Amino acid sequence: MKNETKCYHCGEDCLEGKLTYDEHNFCCNGCKTVYEILSSNDLCDYYSMENTPGFTVKDKAEHSIFDYLDNESIKREVLDFEGEGFQRVTLYIPNVHCSSCIWLLENLDRLNPAVLDSVINFSSKKLTVNYKSDEMSLRQLAEMLDSIGYGPQINLKDADDSKKPQKAFDKQLLIKMGIAGFCFGNVMLLSFPDYLGIAGVEEEYSSFFRYLSLALSLPVVFYSGSEYFTSALKSAKQKFANIDVPIAIGLLALFVRSTYEVIADVGPGYFDSLVGLVFFLLIGKWFQSKTYAALSFDRDYQSYFPLAVQKRINDDFEPVPVKELKKGDEVLLRNGEVLPADAILIDDHASIDYSFVTGESVPVARKKGDYVYAGGRQVGKQVRFVIQKEVSQSYLTQLWNNDAFGEKEHHTKLIDKVSRYFTVVVLLIALFSAVYWQFTDPSQTWLVFAAVLIIACPCALALSTPFTVGSVMRVFGRNHFYLKNADVIEKLNATNTIVFDKTGTITETQGEALKFCGPVLSEAEKALINTAVASSTHPLSRWIKQFTEVKGFDYTIESFDEKEGKGFIAIVSGLSIKVGSAKFLGVEKSNINNATQVHVSIGGDYKGYFSFEATYRKGLTNLLDALKSKFKFQVLSGDNDKEAERLESMFPEGSVLRFNQSPEDKLKAIKEIQTKGNAVIMLGDGLNDAGALQQSKVGIAITEDVSLFSPASDAILKASNLMDLNKFIKLAHEGRKVVVASFILSLLYNCVGISLAVAGELTPLFAAILMPLSSISVVVFTTVSVNLISKKIKLK
Amino acid sequence: MSVILVLILVSLVVAIAFLTAFFWAVKSGQFDDTYSPSVRMLFEDRVKKEKEAKND
Repeated sequence: MKNETKCYHCGEDCLEGKLTYDEHNFCCNGCKTVYEILSSNDLCDYYSMENTPGFTVKDKAEHSIFDYLDNESIKREVLDFEGEGFQRVTLYIPNVHCSSCIWLLENLDRLNPAVLDSVINFSSKKLTVNYKSDEMSLRQLAEMLDSIGYGPQINLKDADDSKKPQKAFDKQLLIKMGIAGFCFGNVMLLSFPDYLGIAGVEEEYSSFFRYLSLALSLPVVFYSGSEYFTSALKSAKQKFANIDVPIAIGLLALFVRSTYEVIADVGPGYFDSLVGLVFFLLIGKWFQSKTYAALSFDRDYQSYFPLAVQKRINDDFEPVPVKELKKGDEVLLRNGEVLPADAILIDDHASIDYSFVTGESVPVARKKGDYVYAGGRQVGKQVRFVIQKEVSQSYLTQLWNNDAFGEKEHHTKLIDKVSRYFTVVVLLIALFSAVYWQFTDPSQTWLVFAAVLIIACPCALALSTPFTVGSVMRVFGRNHFYLKNADVIEKLNATNTIVFDKTGTITETQGEALKFCGPVLSEAEKALINTAVASSTHPLSRWIKQFTEVKGFDYTIESFDEKEGKGFIAIVSGLSIKVGSAKFLGVEKSNINNATQVHVSIGGDYKGYFSFEATYRKGLTNLLDALKSKFKFQVLSGDNDKEAERLESMFPEGSVLRFNQSPEDKLKAIKEIQTKGNAVIMLGDGLNDAGALQQSKVGIAITEDVSLFSPASDAILKASNLMDLNKFIKLAHEGRKVVVASFILSLLYNCVGISLAVAGELTPLFAAILMPLSSISVVVFTTVSVNLISKKIKLK
Repeated sequence: MSVILVLILVSLVVAIAFLTAFFWAVKSGQFDDTYSPSVRMLFEDRVKKEKEAKND
């Protein structure tokens, strides 16, 4: 039975007894609280922006997780600026997703007058707040943001990053493009008289126009185009002709020849071709460099670990930076906090959620004296640990000391392979034609030599790759597959093996995996269980609660007694309800599988158990079928081999399944596949896959929500689009064909141009038409064909 | 000097002024975030609050 009422704040279904306040329905207390805050501050316009703009807020109890922001040294790391009476801070807010978010976050001063102003950068999801520091602390600011559902994500990595200036390169490219575009427009206008033959009539202007063109081309060649010269020099030193070498030769020939013509007063020169060429090349570079500012592809454990943890100092717990933790320190973890280093539990019970490490979403129970690995998140009440290793030396984090995190292997791009031959051929043609003219008409020798170099400048060639991969990246982006950079597409084409992580990658991560084993529960029984588990804080209880949701019953809970780590006994409307482990209920654990089980008895009658079992994502077998002709598969699972049989039946024959893999083992497994000459695509979702993702040719991080944490990788793929992987690979392959086709197209242009140049017929007017024409037709051809192909293979 | 030359020089100066404006726009970060300004301009001004202040 599904309740159709939607929460007024967050838009989720109101599953349990809905709350009504101010004539609106809310799914939970959190949403109601947000509504109260908003309405009491006159911010209800928020709701008129979009139908369901909000988020489900977290429990209020979690707010104290920000109290480390009172620590002076941490505060100094996080703050941008500290002035007299006010402070400025920039916080990363992962939850920003719509125009109402912008509105709410930029109206913080209405929620709390201590905020002077707040500005959000939507594309990078960063909020900059100025606030009065004597009326509000940084911690209070963070708590306020959290209470309205926009909790900032503050971690080690950010604190380091804020000191570096970001994206300086992007701005430089824009400025270079601006200059090139400006000069291109003006030079073209100034060249018209020459092309139209007007210069002959009003001769007094023509030399003025030509000198002006020369002056305008200087900043373009020496500033906007400077990268091509430096890059060409660099590759010449390494005796390797990349695509920038012929471009630099062409630009130089154009510039020298044109300058000579103007100064010697023999012709108008090719300034507009020169400037236009640089402009088009820069546009190509810009088109390809589309980046996802809000996504980070370089996150390591530091960006997941907290800045500080509660450490015992004398008799008190105080927040200290995690870097200062040493062996033997006693730390306190509260609900939702992450354990930053390997430690031993000294309280009786803890339930640790390793979902960011392994992808497993069912928390594991730990007992007193257990050794607990770093990276787990405590769920439930607060617990104490004794640190066993420093943060950087822990089981998980020492993965980052591996060599794989150095330089990645070099990948020779297709364009560089082509340009190696291209440069040689062009230089030979230029030389031969120069020799030929030396014997027939020596006055033409240098003109022809320069003309060949000019027209052979591989502008169109150099544009075909950026525009193809730029278009492919945009199609991928529309389908929630985000690439770190354009090179990933070419690397994707070179792979022949796909390695999957199991938990969280090919299995579902949410509570959908829950099922009840035993006689079917009646509606009334469901309602009884539902009422009982509502009082439990155990994370599994929440899922059971969702599962047993029914309408129309009104039971009240009379007593509730939870035995940590075992289960609970509740009296609901006079009936005793026992929920917990098999041992707690005194029944035999069902050994059908090793899935986590929660057993239930009502009024002393054993009813059965809830089983939390991994379910594989829908469509996985279809995906594997579609890919099996081109790829071999492997599965690297950190779990035991209980699922081996099921996996074997799903994966085609010849696939290798490995179990009990530690993070280091996964990395080694990838290395081993690579030494056999295979190139690997790795799909993983947790920190324990980070080494394997780094080592593989293309590491793809799978995540349910792209703005949340994902380990360092070459690409980030939203889990819901995993089944499109075969289409992505197909499009990458087709993209390569498009590049090759446009290479041929631009080489045809070059053949026409070169034959004219060799014959000594190349006029500036002809160059001015042919060069932009070839560039534009290549651009149109590549973008249109990539979009047609993506439609054909049914990508958005 | 012919009037054409003057005109061309003047037009160049004007164009350079716009180019400088573009540099300023890039450097002051106006291209960093192209989405939120488009939404921000649609937000209601704070009329309500001021009205209330008047009523008080």
